[in-house]
Amino acid sequence: MRLLLGSLFTFMVAAAVGLGSTWFALTRGAAFGTLQIGAWTARPKTGTADIDPYARAAIARAGALPVGLGDGVAFLARTDDQGHPLDGRCDTLISGTTPPARYFTLTLYEPDGKLAANSLDRQGFTSHELIRNQDGSFEITVAPRTRAGNWLPTGGVERYILVMRFYDTAVGIATRAGREAPLPSIKSGGACQ
Amino acid sequence: MMRWLLWILAGVLLGGIVHLATILALPRTASQDAYARLAPITPVNAMTPIPAPTPANALLPFMDPAFAVAVCRYDLSAGAMKFTAPVSQAYTSVTFYTRYGVAYYAINDRAAGRRLIELDLMTTAQRDDLPDDENVTAADRLIIESPTLTGLIVVRALSPEPGLMPMAQASLTGARCRTQ
Repeated sequence: MRLLLGSLFTFMVAAAVGLGSTWFALTRGAAFGTLQIGAWTARPKTGTADIDPYARAAIARAGALPVGLGDGVAFLARTDDQGHPLDGRCDTLISGTTPPARYFTLTLYEPDGKLAANSLDRQGFTSHELIRNQDGSFEITVAPRTRAGNWLPTGGVERYILVMRFYDTAVGIATRAGREAPLPSIKSGGACQ
Repeated sequence: MMRWLLWILAGVLLGGIVHLATILALPRTASQDAYARLAPITPVNAMTPIPAPTPANALLPFMDPAFAVAVCRYDLSAGAMKFTAPVSQAYTSVTFYTRYGVAYYAINDRAAGRRLIELDLMTTAQRDDLPDDENVTAADRLIIESPTLTGLIVVRALSPEPGLMPMAQASLTGARCRTQ
């Protein structure tokens, strides 16, 4: 009787620990080979056959197709440089330069990977569309209301994710630091709606 | 008391095994992965344009809205495949995914180095079966080995600004994938 009770208890603990940690790893994202530059993170190996099992499981669960490494590399930001979550009701400034690439795109998604609806029907910029300063740097204002210059509308969503994808670039598995791949800073703290 | 601690320890160890097993099994059991989402609208071994993602409707999450996309859902059981895609004005890439969404090969127009991206797709067994003399001429043709019998070829053409999207889409209409 005691043995039965004990093994039942063990199985319950095993199920809770095992499934709980799996769920946790997939929703919070277990990180292997993550390249972190400021608030931006990339996992270049996700676009190769050497993808780690956690990234494989997360991609299968989400139903997404990762950017192949021979195509480009994707950087994702959920927070600003200070670590505060990106809030679509506030103004956020993205400024700086980017690593060399033939093209890049910046896209705003809701946390589940949907595009955020807005009146302008603009969900991002390509490197071709940006208005730049003379030295090639740029500023993008991510805000719920109209702004001058490069305005990326949020549609007023509470949380959003920014994804920068660099196509035909040298940034990849060998990249180690922000010096090799300068990414723009993300500063919130502007006016909120 | 000691006895219960041992039961808990056994439970945690078993839990670790459960965790690893579920992570490894998940790609094969996920019912809504990219392949499953694309299967209803894409015929086998033919190029199909994928509708551009909109806030209300996106076939896959995290699609890049600056790209026109076409997909070939391939099945190599009838033999090797030939894939060709013309290069668009701005940027074109081809990415090969296994049935379970692993991007095992990707190439862009510059790496392909021609106005037409031309690739042969086959399994390792089919490549081994190639006659020797054909293997010699294979030096100037790019052969991709698929780790799985089925999978996805995704062609992406960039539209650098929204007004150029029709041109990017038009360039993809020339993409072909067919059994040899």
